Amino acid sequence: MRTSLGATTGRAARRLLSSAPALIGVLVFTFLLMRVLPGDPAVFFASGPNAGQAEIEAVRKQMGLDRPIPEQLLRYLGDVGTGQLGRSMTTGQPVMKDLRERLPASLELTFAALLIALTLSIPLGILAALRPGSAVDHGVRLLCSLGVCVPTFVSGLLLIYVFYYLLGFAPDPTGRLDVFAAAPPGITGFLLIDFALTGDWEGWRAAAAQLVLPAVTMALFVIAPLARITRASMLAVLGSDFIRTARSLGLSRTQIVVTYALRNAILPVLTIAGIVFSTMLGANVLVEKVFSWPGVASYALDALLSSDYAPVQGFVLLMAVIFVAVNLVVDLLYGLADPRVSIS
Amino acid sequence: MRTLAVTAPSRAMLGHLAWVLRRNPLTALASAGALALCLVALFSPWLTPYDPIASDVPIALQPPSAAHWAGTDQLGRDLLSRIIAATRLDLAIALSAVGLSFVVGAVIGSFCGYAGGKLDRAVGRLVDVLMAFPLFVLAMAMVAALGNRVENIVVATAIINLPFYIRFARAEVNIRRDLGWVEAARAGGESHASVVLRYLLPNILPAMAVQISLNLGWAILNAAGLSFIGLGVRPPTPEWGILVAEGARFITTGKWWLVAFPGLALMLSVLCFNLMGDGLRDILDPRQRT
Repeated sequence: MRTSLGATTGRAARRLLSSAPALIGVLVFTFLLMRVLPGDPAVFFASGPNAGQAEIEAVRKQMGLDRPIPEQLLRYLGDVGTGQLGRSMTTGQPVMKDLRERLPASLELTFAALLIALTLSIPLGILAALRPGSAVDHGVRLLCSLGVCVPTFVSGLLLIYVFYYLLGFAPDPTGRLDVFAAAPPGITGFLLIDFALTGDWEGWRAAAAQLVLPAVTMALFVIAPLARITRASMLAVLGSDFIRTARSLGLSRTQIVVTYALRNAILPVLTIAGIVFSTMLGANVLVEKVFSWPGVASYALDALLSSDYAPVQGFVLLMAVIFVAVNLVVDLLYGLADPRVSIS
Repeated sequence: MRTLAVTAPSRAMLGHLAWVLRRNPLTALASAGALALCLVALFSPWLTPYDPIASDVPIALQPPSAAHWAGTDQLGRDLLSRIIAATRLDLAIALSAVGLSFVVGAVIGSFCGYAGGKLDRAVGRLVDVLMAFPLFVLAMAMVAALGNRVENIVVATAIINLPFYIRFARAEVNIRRDLGWVEAARAGGESHASVVLRYLLPNILPAMAVQISLNLGWAILNAAGLSFIGLGVRPPTPEWGILVAEGARFITTGKWWLVAFPGLALMLSVLCFNLMGDGLRDILDPRQRT
């Protein structure tokens, strides 16, 4: 046990090290992003568009923009290292603070969507794999083909039309909470968890109702790859020798499928789930816009459209960090799902 | 073009094609749909029943009717005309982006796969990292950096497609580099560059055609997504993503057609290219069927 734990930690450390170049690459990319962006930051930061030349020069000196580019890059790396991501001009706050305030909203949405997608796609994939060529199989395939074709911003809007306008089940599709509802004390920032912790189930239900439509919208888009890989992986495992042996020994169907087959088939699903998570971080931009969700993606988008670049830089950096973290988690889950991985 | 000569001739291949299309009417339908889309894009100025940018405010926001099959928008413009007019721009963006990344990616990937060694491993690693990164975010940032113009949507979409082609070409060339006929070309005095460009690249083209078709759908979704969030194409230019974005303002008051019809156009075009790609794969490599 101890050795396997040690091996897992070692693997995680190696993985973290090997992602360092990627992170540095992103850092340099975001830095260059700021350098090549149209417009002169010094002019932006000066008091106004008609600020005097002297004032602009002063701001440029103060921001270090008169230094050579490599020195600026080092400076930037230092700033990021100490958690300074600059200041947003639209909100007037440090980008770090803005991102921290808004990250829970995005993560709550993404996790909820991933949960919905997994609970739908894994059973669907298994059903399709158990009866290849059956009506269920064809149905799942049709669903997958259609699912990847509908852009999230269209499916989200159509869901709003059906469940808000026509049926009236869903609340007003703007934000995480009704404007008049009381927000829970910010413990974790995840509304569902905070409401549960304070025992406010009325509020919990309201927050969940706001969350359902955007989460389903995002889930619909990623069910296809997850169901497809579950089906393929299950098909391969179900055809293997040890399943035949288990069958001939007379084990129950549930035991064969869930205990033996699924456990062996889950590795590729995990890999795809990691990729899917990262796709969803990107899709967040669209879904958050459709549902006016106050997350990091809509924050970056608003900043981008008003030529406020510090938040965009911070956002891209944040995405890179999350993405490395997700890969690490997938790696660790690998070891849990298949101990052989940690030995090799 | 000698590249086409690889896929075009052989009677057996045509026979197989006919067989696959008969066996799989869905592929035939999808290919017909893709062809129809291209035709609509080519002839869109002659197909629109109304002027796509002429507003007629008295008939604003009308649901679908016999005169306006897809209804009218907030300025009374005919939605169907706008959707048809948008086809050209959307397909042009997707085709040029995929074409660009295909050419660049195939060449880089082929040379890496042929050369092998340290550089190849480094490129492979880079591609793996890039592929797992939230690509839409990357595209967003690039459009912001390069400037909010249509050409930059094409460039950004091409760059986020690049890793797929590099990886694919690299793998395909890698398994062929030591085959007899490649050996023979080298022995015949061809330079390495010529072996890659004149022998290996044409040989992997059919397999890459599948990738192109599958990628077209993805490129359309990405480009539409970018213009939906306000990057790239600007209103009043008709473009599917913008049409949906404009309709989004009226969805909570029940004006469904403003979102549903442009959405349907997007969905159908992506569906056509995806199904065609799947079908192409069946024709070129029946073993890979899933």
